[in-house]
Amino acid sequence: MKITVNGESQVTQASNLQELVKRLGYGESKIAAAFNGSFVPHSQYINTLLSEGDDIEIVAPMQGG
Amino acid sequence: MSLVFYGESFSSRLLLGTAQYPSPQIMKSAIEVSGCEILTASVRREAAKGRDGQKFWSLIQQTGCRILPNTAGCKSVQEAVTTAHMARELFDTPWIKLEVIGNDDTLQPNVFGLVEAAKILCEEGFNVFPYTTTDLGVAEKLVDFGCQVLMPWGSPIGSGRGLNDLYALRSFRAHFPDISLVIDAGIGTASHATQALELGYDAVLLNTAVAKAGDSVAMAEAFKYALFAGRKAFEAKAINPRDMAMPSTPVVGTPFWHTHD
Repeated sequence: MKITVNGESQVTQASNLQELVKRLGYGESKIAAAFNGSFVPHSQYINTLLSEGDDIEIVAPMQGG
Repeated sequence: MSLVFYGESFSSRLLLGTAQYPSPQIMKSAIEVSGCEILTASVRREAAKGRDGQKFWSLIQQTGCRILPNTAGCKSVQEAVTTAHMARELFDTPWIKLEVIGNDDTLQPNVFGLVEAAKILCEEGFNVFPYTTTDLGVAEKLVDFGCQVLMPWGSPIGSGRGLNDLYALRSFRAHFPDISLVIDAGIGTASHATQALELGYDAVLLNTAVAKAGDSVAMAEAFKYALFAGRKAFEAKAINPRDMAMPSTPVVGTPFWHTHD
């Protein structure tokens, strides 16, 4: 299915957010995620099922003012 | 009296940003020299193969400072609230520097969105540090919703123009005598920070003034002393300005006194 991750369209076989994060190679990185504009806690990644057209944001700590 | 944010005391009155430094090492040295105890940080997209965020996280952890994550760049309530949620999990803190930007040229706060987002986040248990204007009505709403800190801008973010509206900032301080007030944005050099604290502000939040200075580490040290001087002067209660001169040297006993009469 085709989804959007951090603004870029991509095709994935992952069925849920936990699988997606693993397949993309984030591993144990310190990240947080939003699913279709709403925050998803780490504990809910596995219960967040992906569908065609879903929009995922994956973020990390970064420099800021 | 020390600086208090949501029940926690701090001895440094500087909140320092972590962006735009010439190098991570210079940033680390500037943080150390400044004596600051609170750093601001953001949440940004992380590419799976890129490890920038992980390296940055490791670096700021070494400083031992408290982290105040921001919602920089958010233009809607929904974006700001979702970013705050992600920041809370990432940085494991209820603190959030709430920015809802209303204009690309001035980066001034969208105060309508700010108030709405602050209400939501306060209800959810966040400790909100709102980046706001000097509008008293807006600030009263923020306080009503639970903000224990207010952060009015000195001048536009990154402009280095210092405190643009002294009258408004004085009024703001007088109107909120018991709220922790931070000048956020527009500080360009050390004297601006001194002036803010002389006005009775509790702290300043700045980034560009140090990060983009010719010598970031030296400027960080300058701010340390500037803030110390500003607070001391405030506590010492400065004299009131006068229109006309008043001799400081005693007049009585002046040689040749009245000899020209």
